[in-house]
Amino acid sequence: MAVATRPQLSHLRALESEAIHVMREVAAEFERPVLLFSGGKDSIVLLRLAEKAFRPAPFPFPLMHVDTGHNFPEVIEFRDRRVAELGERLIVASVQESIDKGRVVEETGPRASRNQLQTVTLLDAIAEHGFDAAFGGARRDEERARAKERVFSFRDDFGQWDPKNQRPELWNLYNGRIKKGENVRVFPISNWTELDVWEYIDSEGLEVPSIYFSHERPVFKRDGMLYAWREGTELIEGEEVFNETVRYRTVGDMSCTGGVLSKATTLEEVVVEIAATRITERGETRADDRVSEAAMEDRKKAGYF
Amino acid sequence: MTLDLLRFTTAGAVDDGKSTLIGRLLYDSKQVFEDQLEHVAAASERRSGAGALDLALLTDGLRAEREQGITIDVAYRYFATPKRRFIIADCPGHQQYTRNMVTGASTADLAVVLVDARRGVTEQSKRHAFISALLGIPHILVAINKMDLVEHSQERFDELVAEFASFADGLDAVTGRRPPEITFMPISALEGHNVVERSTNMPWYDGPALLELLEQVDVAYDHPFDRPARFPVQWVIRPGAGANGAGLPSSGASSAVPARGGADPDYRGYAGQLASGGLRRGDEVAVLPGGGRTRIAAIDTYDGELEEAVAPMSLTLRLEDELDISRGELICRPEEAATVARELAADVCWMSDRPLRPGGRYVLKQTARLASAIVDRVEDVVDVHTLQRTQPAQELALNDIGRVHLRTSAPLAFDPYTSNRRTGSFILIDQDTNETVGAGLIAAEAA
Repeated sequence: MAVATRPQLSHLRALESEAIHVMREVAAEFERPVLLFSGGKDSIVLLRLAEKAFRPAPFPFPLMHVDTGHNFPEVIEFRDRRVAELGERLIVASVQESIDKGRVVEETGPRASRNQLQTVTLLDAIAEHGFDAAFGGARRDEERARAKERVFSFRDDFGQWDPKNQRPELWNLYNGRIKKGENVRVFPISNWTELDVWEYIDSEGLEVPSIYFSHERPVFKRDGMLYAWREGTELIEGEEVFNETVRYRTVGDMSCTGGVLSKATTLEEVVVEIAATRITERGETRADDRVSEAAMEDRKKAGYF
Repeated sequence: MTLDLLRFTTAGAVDDGKSTLIGRLLYDSKQVFEDQLEHVAAASERRSGAGALDLALLTDGLRAEREQGITIDVAYRYFATPKRRFIIADCPGHQQYTRNMVTGASTADLAVVLVDARRGVTEQSKRHAFISALLGIPHILVAINKMDLVEHSQERFDELVAEFASFADGLDAVTGRRPPEITFMPISALEGHNVVERSTNMPWYDGPALLELLEQVDVAYDHPFDRPARFPVQWVIRPGAGANGAGLPSSGASSAVPARGGADPDYRGYAGQLASGGLRRGDEVAVLPGGGRTRIAAIDTYDGELEEAVAPMSLTLRLEDELDISRGELICRPEEAATVARELAADVCWMSDRPLRPGGRYVLKQTARLASAIVDRVEDVVDVHTLQRTQPAQELALNDIGRVHLRTSAPLAFDPYTSNRRTGSFILIDQDTNETVGAGLIAAEAA
């Protein structure tokens, strides 16, 4: 048994193994976990990791999507198809329902977004189903507040994150003990970068929604970003709708996710583009993070992912 | 062996240049994105006037940190060069320093210890070196920073190297393990000398720049293929039992949920992550603490069966005989079995305002096992200045590190931390608050 012939794990396989370990810890230590699946690239990776962690058995948790009602139709179509392929259960928590029930008030005007509202829908759904752990696809490289977050991110019974008082996380020993009403957000791909995610999707041959690839669609320009136009979009004076060849680096609400000019039509081309980019994904595409220096931190404290 | 993923930790106080060093590393290796740079440039100008570029601001994540110019908690940063990927555990050096350093060091392959060339070897640097050595980091890189403020003097550098080396001589005695390999280098993070590019101001130094060393350093510790195999069972996969039955000891399969993709309803796999060593199909194994023996029938992964698996792979083992195995049990080879005991002697790093005292009860988590633990006694506390263990001790206060004797409600299968970082470590959890209050490194079965 020569040492030299022993297989060695690539960095991607090492990250994969770490993430599978995290998922199994959660399944074992929590009563009612849930996996948040948005149809975006990071949660697509989570689903594959869950297959690797739990097959040939069904997942020991349901999937949940917080649907703002303003999602890209291509993503919703993909979401439903992927869930059907897996044969797992999907819960859809609807922001529209939260509005209809009077839990939240819809913003108005051309800059209206449902981004803030989805935190309420998420917290309501966690309470309604009694979830005590929720997997999310957030990564620490995404944003500077996230760089400080734990893999097991403790939330009090208001869903709040207290960044100044986090549990220390040692070795791979996660502390999953909570009291009733509290919950833990779990981020198995905390240590992955955007490039890792794309390389993994490529190496696993995973399908992603078509909007991640270059395509032509009607857009309008606002604050230097290219937003998708859809029926009912309110424009500000001077803005006009035109066709452009874009792709999306992140999949969020249509109202706050900008496209990037791109000719990448295959996974390989996307990997090359991401490897060469000089702008972070959130800086390039997310209006929700541009509000202030600490926009993400503030939303996280309120219960957002 | 070189790894293509290197985890390293840095620690330091507010003004010893740690944030500047990391900022410099990210900036000079072109890992800073344009929008991040715009943020930093704007914030620098607001604080220090036009044209200023304070690289330290790159690493401040939270509002309070930017407002107060402090770092609150361990932050994780990612960068890559064509040779390697890096994960930095960036630990602040104030107040909760031991807690933060221990957390950062627990997953690191290498530690960068900063020494301010003017101020010399401080308690902070010593503490960081001690914690790094105690936690089994095999390589310490001592970066003597701010060389620009001591006129790039070789004499000053040599003096600090000698001082640090004489302190480090005491490390093996107090940690009980082989001393880490220590490399010294003179740098100026502010000017960028010997960080990414070699310096032209210090011709007397002919070693590599910091990034070069990070790219080349050999760190095999946490990937010990030639160590005894250790496989803690995390989860039992039983498609026939449905989601709620999985993970529990066998109690007769129900068929509430059909198996997927025509999976065998009698399938029973033990899922976990190989903590060390390698396993092959057909190997004879023992299951601890019970001691039952069987052979490995198959090594399953989602991507197919394997003949052989090595740490740190996550896998699912199928065994030839039906043993009643549940979460927390340890699969290993019978001829190189782990120690099984209920009484432990361990070094504990204490992280709570409420001191650890004899009689204290905690929840202990080791590998995938939870147990209750009672503190029998505190043997000693380490004095970080002198590296002496002071005896006797009554308690461990916040940020203390000392030798403790514990008893657990159930037997644990473990190795000494000095021979296995994964099976030799545990955390202590406060039963009332659920806070993680201690980090433990097992020395041996208590006599």
